Amino acid sequence: MDRRDFLKNLGLCIFSGGIIGGLSADAWAKLIHKDYDPAKHYYGMGIDIDKCIGCGRCMQACKTENDVPIAPFYFRTWVERYVIRTDHSVSVNTINMGVDEPSDLFIERDVLRSFFVPKLCNQCDHPPCVQVCPVGATFKTDDGVILVDSKRCIGCRYCIQACPYGARFLHPQTRVADKCTFCYHRLVRGMLPACVEVCPKQARVFGDTKSFASPLGRFVRMNKIHVLKPYLNTEPKVYYANLDGEVN
Amino acid sequence: MRDFFKRIPEQALRILTLFILLAAVLFVVRQFIIPPELKDTDLQKISSMEREAAREVKYAGFHICSECHEKEKNIKKSGYHRDLSCESCHGAAQKHTENPTEVKPSSPRKRDYCSYCHTYNSSRPTGFPQINPHTHNPMRPCITCHNPHNPVPPKVPGSCAACHAQIERTKVTSYHALLECTVCHNTPEKHKTTPRVVRPTKPDKREFCGKCHDKSAHVKGVPTVDMATHGEKYVCWQCHYPHMLGGI
Amino acid sequence: MEAAHGLSELSKQVVGFIYPNEIEIHWSILIVVYPYITGLVAGAFILASLVKVFNVKELQPTYRLALLTALAFLLIAPLPLQLHLGQPTRSYEMFLTPNLASAMAMFGFVYLWYLMLVLLLEIWFEYRRDMVVWSREETGLRKWLHKVLSLFSTDISEKAVAFDQKTVKIITIIGIPSAFLLHGYVGFIFGSIKANPWWSSVMMPIVFLFSAIVSGIAIVMLLYMIIIPLRGAKIDMKCLDKIASFLFYAVIVDFSIEVLDFIHRLYESEESIKILSQLVDTKLFMSLVVLQVLLGMLLPLGIMIVIKIFRLHEELRKLLYFVSAVLIQLGIFSTRWNVVIGGQLFSKSFRGLTTYKLELTGIEGFLMALALLIIPFIVLAILIKILPPWKKEELAGQ
Repeated sequence: MDRRDFLKNLGLCIFSGGIIGGLSADAWAKLIHKDYDPAKHYYGMGIDIDKCIGCGRCMQACKTENDVPIAPFYFRTWVERYVIRTDHSVSVNTINMGVDEPSDLFIERDVLRSFFVPKLCNQCDHPPCVQVCPVGATFKTDDGVILVDSKRCIGCRYCIQACPYGARFLHPQTRVADKCTFCYHRLVRGMLPACVEVCPKQARVFGDTKSFASPLGRFVRMNKIHVLKPYLNTEPKVYYANLDGEVN
Repeated sequence: MRDFFKRIPEQALRILTLFILLAAVLFVVRQFIIPPELKDTDLQKISSMEREAAREVKYAGFHICSECHEKEKNIKKSGYHRDLSCESCHGAAQKHTENPTEVKPSSPRKRDYCSYCHTYNSSRPTGFPQINPHTHNPMRPCITCHNPHNPVPPKVPGSCAACHAQIERTKVTSYHALLECTVCHNTPEKHKTTPRVVRPTKPDKREFCGKCHDKSAHVKGVPTVDMATHGEKYVCWQCHYPHMLGGI
Repeated sequence: MEAAHGLSELSKQVVGFIYPNEIEIHWSILIVVYPYITGLVAGAFILASLVKVFNVKELQPTYRLALLTALAFLLIAPLPLQLHLGQPTRSYEMFLTPNLASAMAMFGFVYLWYLMLVLLLEIWFEYRRDMVVWSREETGLRKWLHKVLSLFSTDISEKAVAFDQKTVKIITIIGIPSAFLLHGYVGFIFGSIKANPWWSSVMMPIVFLFSAIVSGIAIVMLLYMIIIPLRGAKIDMKCLDKIASFLFYAVIVDFSIEVLDFIHRLYESEESIKILSQLVDTKLFMSLVVLQVLLGMLLPLGIMIVIKIFRLHEELRKLLYFVSAVLIQLGIFSTRWNVVIGGQLFSKSFRGLTTYKLELTGIEGFLMALALLIIPFIVLAILIKILPPWKKEELAGQ
């Protein structure tokens, strides 16, 4: 074919590609679940450290809801206990889902501050894990949730290395990366994530930043907010109130 | 054209042909043979979101239970457990809502479950009711005395330590060990039944501590200072932690 | 369940606090072997380029050997990666839907580029004339092998051979930055992880590259010193001394860069310095201070300085070169270990250290890693049989 034909064909390809692209973008909204439109939501979570009692119900509920292996080495969410002593030494441990928690390893008079810190995937707005995935198996949805496509993940573990918060793990059975998804399958049905559902003290507060009034909206208005490792510029969407500087 | 080809040495032509052939095969395979679901990242994302959204929901959510269990809801709605989700204690109940007669949620009736939240742990925030499971009615199921849907204690707590155990345990090794809490904190009776509505008082003037600690006070065995000059401009508890004296 | 049991054993050996998901070391010995292998590829190629581009004539005897060594290791390079993947059957996805923001995604493309368009092409043009000659002189399988490999080429006139040599030079010039990319991107994979202060450094690709050059030169030197006597020929001492010189310069540069990184870390003393110091003092003491620095760098440096100053006689020089080259291989392997494993031994909470348990058997075990390190030498032996590097010279020597 000569140059003119080639250019005509090229133009046709670009044009039709554009139409297909436009069509598939519209297709997003209708396909996920009934009439759930991801573009109408943008989720975040607030955690009030002063409220958490370290009961571990959230850890238990998450494992139940999301079929996470029971063994205490794989967590989508976990709670850390900090004990800062008067000599400024700090002890941290992950609580054992509230079961046989040592009733105390610390003499109260030695303790300066002590508290529980729930941790989970921060669903960053600028996620380092999404950046490094070689096949694009992990991605950010329109509603602000970072998901892992378990059918495409090749298990290279680069995302696990790149996460500054230790939120990801390799699922021992499926051998792909796994992490908290804010219980996405519950969000599309208008429900709360399991950990927020069962928290006895409402230490975890969930919200849609695009909704007119939400518990999260009030939370970020009435509390001084901190995020984990802000200097890494990951722009986390899990906001902590009353977070101590020793937490990292 | 033919001159151009003649000037290229025959070996270069051979290798060039081989590479062009390889490139052509790769091109054909990628463009025409490989199906779109393996190439199009938008399709893959939608597919992944659909699969994520299709996961099984295990926790039914806090609204649902009261649709059938009106009685429990009414008992619970004004008690201390009013903000506690039913499934925090009764476990994931989605299956029960789908098949109420045959699938029953669990019902913790022994001592172990309540301990997750209510066993004493010094890192829990103050004011949260905690017990020592070894001394508080050992061996008896908690529900013997406490209705879990409205867990009012059978007797009004006699000591502040019922909810403020961490402060009590700190204070008991301090110089103020033999001072009752009520010496410094005026505690109306209503605080024991509606703790968040009616609060104890806290001293607000230096003179309060001066009643015992000023050099004019003459209380036997109590260290004294000249309140007129000692730490002037500050209130005493800006430097001294009254529950734990001697050091901070 | 077995995995969980193994992990509960590991958790007893944790020092301090680690995030609960960090108990598993994800990038295992296979990921230590991979940069070691690509480092050898890059380094061997750089040595070869010294002959063709920088016209260091003394190194000519090692030119073809260096190319074949690079090819042997390059062919094995994807194996550790493939074996390590959680879902190896999906690795083709990196070609179909690579995430352009990810450094790891470029692996397939850089590898293919380097294999097809640099190394194989260079070897083909270098050996074409000889393959045509051999296919004329030999019989049976070897005849047809060389005929096919030369793509049934026939022209061995001076003009054609001159064209071949010119092409080789151009390919080598393109090959040098390609070799840098092949190994440098691995350094970038580590260096770009801001979550990990042991890895996150602008110097990481540079450190990787220079230690690659050191290890590549050393392996060619080693192979030259082993293979030539095995074939009954005489080692060209001028060549060997020249290789040792370049090795010496490369080690000095590599060492300086690593010392610079070390001093910089200590001086800036950022938040991670406490846990990293604890890491080096406890978990990495043997592999870093002893193996990487003392035995892997300072000792060979000292040996080569002694050789340069005292002009020792030939037999002693050969022995010392051999010892240095072996030490350097151990040292560079330790370097890779310290980077890969070391970076995972401390928690991102900066509050604790964990342990790496190297299994003996299993897909990511010691035996597998050993096999992956030995197989390239077998491949090299086959390549030398098919494409002998020195047949011409030896024939000429006789």
